[in-house]
Amino acid sequence: MSDPILRLSGVHTDIAQYHILQGVDLDVPRGGVTMLLGRNGVGKTTTLRTIIGHWQARSGTIHFDGADITAMPTASRARAGIGFVPEDMGIFTDLTVEENMVLAAISGPLDRKRLDWIFTAFPPLRTFWKSEAGNLSGGQKQMLSIARAMAEERKLYLIDEPTKGLAPAIISTMARALRDLKAQGASILLVEQNFAVAKALGDTAAVMEDGRITWTGAMAELAADTALQDRLIGLSMEAS
Amino acid sequence: MLNLLSGDRPRSIILTLILLAILIALALAPFLFPGVRSLETAARICIFIVLAASYDLLLGYTGIVSFAHTMFFGMGAYGVALASTHMGRGYDALIVGSLGGAVLAAILALGIGLFSLRVRAIFFAMITLAVASAVAVLVSQMSWLTGGEDGLNYLIPRELTPAFRFGEAFGVKLTGKLVNYYVIFGFSLVLFLLLLRIVNSPFGRVLQAIRENDFRAEAIGYRVVWYRTAATCLSAAIAALAGSLFAIWLRYVGPDTTLSFEIMLDILLMVVIGGMGTIYGAVLGATIFVLAQNYLQNLMGVASEATGSIPVLHELLSPDRWLLWLGVLFILSVYFFPSGIVGRLRAGR
Repeated sequence: MSDPILRLSGVHTDIAQYHILQGVDLDVPRGGVTMLLGRNGVGKTTTLRTIIGHWQARSGTIHFDGADITAMPTASRARAGIGFVPEDMGIFTDLTVEENMVLAAISGPLDRKRLDWIFTAFPPLRTFWKSEAGNLSGGQKQMLSIARAMAEERKLYLIDEPTKGLAPAIISTMARALRDLKAQGASILLVEQNFAVAKALGDTAAVMEDGRITWTGAMAELAADTALQDRLIGLSMEAS
Repeated sequence: MLNLLSGDRPRSIILTLILLAILIALALAPFLFPGVRSLETAARICIFIVLAASYDLLLGYTGIVSFAHTMFFGMGAYGVALASTHMGRGYDALIVGSLGGAVLAAILALGIGLFSLRVRAIFFAMITLAVASAVAVLVSQMSWLTGGEDGLNYLIPRELTPAFRFGEAFGVKLTGKLVNYYVIFGFSLVLFLLLLRIVNSPFGRVLQAIRENDFRAEAIGYRVVWYRTAATCLSAAIAALAGSLFAIWLRYVGPDTTLSFEIMLDILLMVVIGGMGTIYGAVLGATIFVLAQNYLQNLMGVASEATGSIPVLHELLSPDRWLLWLGVLFILSVYFFPSGIVGRLRAGR
């Protein structure tokens, strides 16, 4: 087995006086989708934000593509090849869809072929290309948020709840786009509360409880074992 | 034309007409509004448009609150004054003073930026306030160099002074003051178009992104502190160049005319009233503000005379109370145009 693209070893993160991550150990393999699952408030978003550098790890190490990035500034982590799609989408509402996409291509002009692929995955972005992003609907904003991470090829994508609060039709579009991304060989660490999506996309899974990873294994194994799901996540995937 | 505006159209017919009217009025001011006072007002409008626009780059486009903008303005003005005093009357002194002031302003802005922009915005605002106050006190105290509270009078090339006469056109005497005005107008226009180019460049888009969500911009790969610092330096250098133009126009600099906190508040109001993050807002804000500063008192004198028979209103409209009405005007404009006049006009297109 090849080295993981991302390795977290004993990562502790505090937010103000709260000790959120309490020794996270996690390997994200190269290629494929790793699902980060768990109940609300167990530290999934904090894990992603610690990886990108929004929160600094108090202790422990983060290795990305073989390099120690624990003390690296956020911008350097992004330039090293980590794409991040936050839970709140984080699009620039005052800028147009085009300007949002151009900004996301940090190493040069937008690649036409890649843009065509993005337009195929998210057709509304072509329609509203010149519109202010603030005028898009919730689903379209989420599409833009993911499209922005896809504007350039990244070594790793961190995606936080991309289907949260979206209509079923939009969820299908999201899932299809992520499946396309996966098919291109991308490595994705995905936080997702929608178990149907998690089950369809995930290759491996890591379950968090109280700021730690308490279970890792194949997504198929977790999907097949309702008792395990019930114990780890508190919900059966079959029910969703 | 669109290329000259860097593709940033006014996006409102009324706004376009107003901007064109201001441009034509300023371009033909010596002929349309003859007289020393009106020329003085027109020159101030040109200079304050640049000063307010450079502040908008900082406040409106980058989301940074600075109280040191008049300090940079003053550095440019004192640069010209000191160079003209020590190098003697000449264009070389104006160029050296202007460029020296702009470079020094950018260096000081770099220092302040790197020192304080890593932390919270309020800290940066406090630092700039402290530095600006310290510089103002320093300039007042160092009378051997800066002339202290009295300021400095100096000579500029004769071709830019009223003593230089070269004929008459359309009933207006052509003097060096007219040449001086067109120097101010030309450079102000160039600096304004340069600012428009900056905010519409990829660099400007990153600044807008940082203003809206700095963490997100950082997570895409942009070093927020460097971009903020670069914006601070650019803004400071352009403010200093505006100060140089002011010094060339006035042929005098003093702490009250270039470094006072009152000017800082004026710039802030110009940007807020005109519309933050629009650049065009600076044109409207500066024009309205300078006109109000110069003519509201006269207007109220007329109104006071017209209402002489109405006791309370007559008193309220007394020219001595012009500052009160200026305040009322600003409160009303902020209340009715929370996104500034440009924002309101664009929304209502």
